Amino acid sequence: MNDVHNEKGTNKSLSLFFKSSFIVSALIILISSILLYFTFTFDIVPPILNRGIQPATFPKALLILIIALTLLTYFISLKNPWKNEKKLPNSFYITLLSFVVFITVSKFLDFFLGIALISIIVSYFWGERRVAYLIIVSIIFPLIVFVFFETILGLRFPPGIITNLYYG
Amino acid sequence: MENLGLIFAPLFSYKLLIVLFFGTIFGLILGVLPGLGPTTGGALILPFTMTLDPLSAIVLLTAIYCAGTYGGAITAILINTPGTPAAAATCLDGYPLAQKGEAGRALGMATVSSVIGGIASVIVLIFFAPLLANLAYEFGQPEYFALAIFGLTMLASIGEGSPIKNLIAGAFGILISTVGKDFMTSIDRFTFGINELTEGIGFIPVVVGLFAISEMLTQSTLINQIFNRVALKAVKLPSIDDYKKTWKTIIRSSGIGSFIGVLPAEGGTVASLIGYAEAKRWSKKPEDFGKGSIEGIAGAEAANNAATGGAMVPTLALGIPGSATTAVILTGLIIHGVRPGPDLFREQPEFLYGIFGSMLIANILFFVLGFFGAKIFARITLVPNKLLWPMIFAVSVCGTYSLNQSIIDVWLMLLFGVIGFFMRRYGFSVVPVIIGLILGELVEGTLRQSLVIFDGNWLMFLQRPIALTFFVLSLIALSFPLIKRKKKNDKV
Repeated sequence: MNDVHNEKGTNKSLSLFFKSSFIVSALIILISSILLYFTFTFDIVPPILNRGIQPATFPKALLILIIALTLLTYFISLKNPWKNEKKLPNSFYITLLSFVVFITVSKFLDFFLGIALISIIVSYFWGERRVAYLIIVSIIFPLIVFVFFETILGLRFPPGIITNLYYG
Repeated sequence: MENLGLIFAPLFSYKLLIVLFFGTIFGLILGVLPGLGPTTGGALILPFTMTLDPLSAIVLLTAIYCAGTYGGAITAILINTPGTPAAAATCLDGYPLAQKGEAGRALGMATVSSVIGGIASVIVLIFFAPLLANLAYEFGQPEYFALAIFGLTMLASIGEGSPIKNLIAGAFGILISTVGKDFMTSIDRFTFGINELTEGIGFIPVVVGLFAISEMLTQSTLINQIFNRVALKAVKLPSIDDYKKTWKTIIRSSGIGSFIGVLPAEGGTVASLIGYAEAKRWSKKPEDFGKGSIEGIAGAEAANNAATGGAMVPTLALGIPGSATTAVILTGLIIHGVRPGPDLFREQPEFLYGIFGSMLIANILFFVLGFFGAKIFARITLVPNKLLWPMIFAVSVCGTYSLNQSIIDVWLMLLFGVIGFFMRRYGFSVVPVIIGLILGELVEGTLRQSLVIFDGNWLMFLQRPIALTFFVLSLIALSFPLIKRKKKNDKV
């Protein structure tokens, strides 16, 4: 009987670590701690030139405040748990992945091509199967936006395999 | 008061009228489309405003703000999905009334109460903003620091959601503002050796990321959602009986909205919730609320539009945004070289009163366009997300890139989009981040300059009466959620 109790107790305490309130709080504290560490690497102004406080003091205070408030919100969540979020669907991960595709393509190949690719990926995986609409979304519309920004705002887009053709 | 005549100046400028017309239409479209709204739309259109003169640019942004806030009601009533967060309370009675076959009546009441709330708040703006600006002449660095702290603590007491989470989000926003070269010593902070970060993180990548891109990710989780639409024949003006039922509610909500708007927080969203709750509390038939009460629609809509003028008061008089959209407008002012604050009232009254007048005209314009065009605007929601969001992505990317022609800005926009998505998923509002970001430089700058004045003595802050008043108000603002929680527990 005691064993059963212990086992249940262990599961309960373990499940605490899988709760979103714990994961989110831990992540915020971890990132804040890393950033707090970086504040100790900021240059220090010599006392003779220092006016007011050191450049690192303000961000340090903010990060400590964030950590303290996160701990507080976590302890409150033990009493008033956060609502359980639904599992994220595949379409979310595909959209997220398309951001990575966009960054890679726009960096190494072409900015415009990156926009065209993400548009076609998102539109297709969100359910659009009509080729004409896919062309409108991925080629015609970005082209209009591109030309509009280029002519009206005089914007020069970063060089790339397609953009270079446009600029000659 | 001698400048009041300047309010009518926009009426005689065909250029401003054209800008107002297109701004209102664009605002309505943004308001109708769930997930967009005036904040995102304003941020996306900021680069385009560079082709306009400062007054036209700000008039365009304010027209988008006024019309976008109203536009959310159209979707709330017809498809039970608020076009903007500020229209969430309108769904509660708007949609049930539409389901009873009275969509035209519901939209008519929403339009009329929005216009009355909007105009009332512009009147508050016209009279209150110059008074506040006069008061601000007395402010030095310590007073501005205390004021900014007060603004941030207000996020805890009247923001939507958890007060502590709002404070965390606000602190995160201020932290973002510390990235780059320290303005007093030129020492790099959080730049990680990336040259582009030495200038700091711009407002546009953050706001477009937190609003547009995070919303795109949210929409990616809802692609199978089906909306039930209610057919609309025509918008109907409220009957005499409806006016009799709602006039007190409209006046009360206009006052509530204007007041909430002045306080730096989530503006229209909070105003509409309080306006709705107060309408129910004072109603002779509170049992009708949630079942299609015309008072419920009036209470929510008058309040959220009243917050537009209210939120412009601290934005123009002090340079402190009253809401996320006014933070975008504030950025627009700064980009165009206009420094909000008391000097603006003294040196450029024609500019300010031009904005006031334009806001009045925008309210009248969205009344006409909403009344005759609601049916057409409602059809915009028929554009499927699978086509709409890739297009919004293309505009977001080009718009963000255009301001500094920096690819790092685009990457930051995507990063903040992901951060914004998870923030919203776990109950953190993104609005405090925006307000924190815009107030960050003011908070740190005034703090450090105050400490120089005080020779490092922190206690000197308490010897300044205005600063002390703001600190006391900040403490009250921080303790307000605790009192509210205690009262709730006592009731239980």
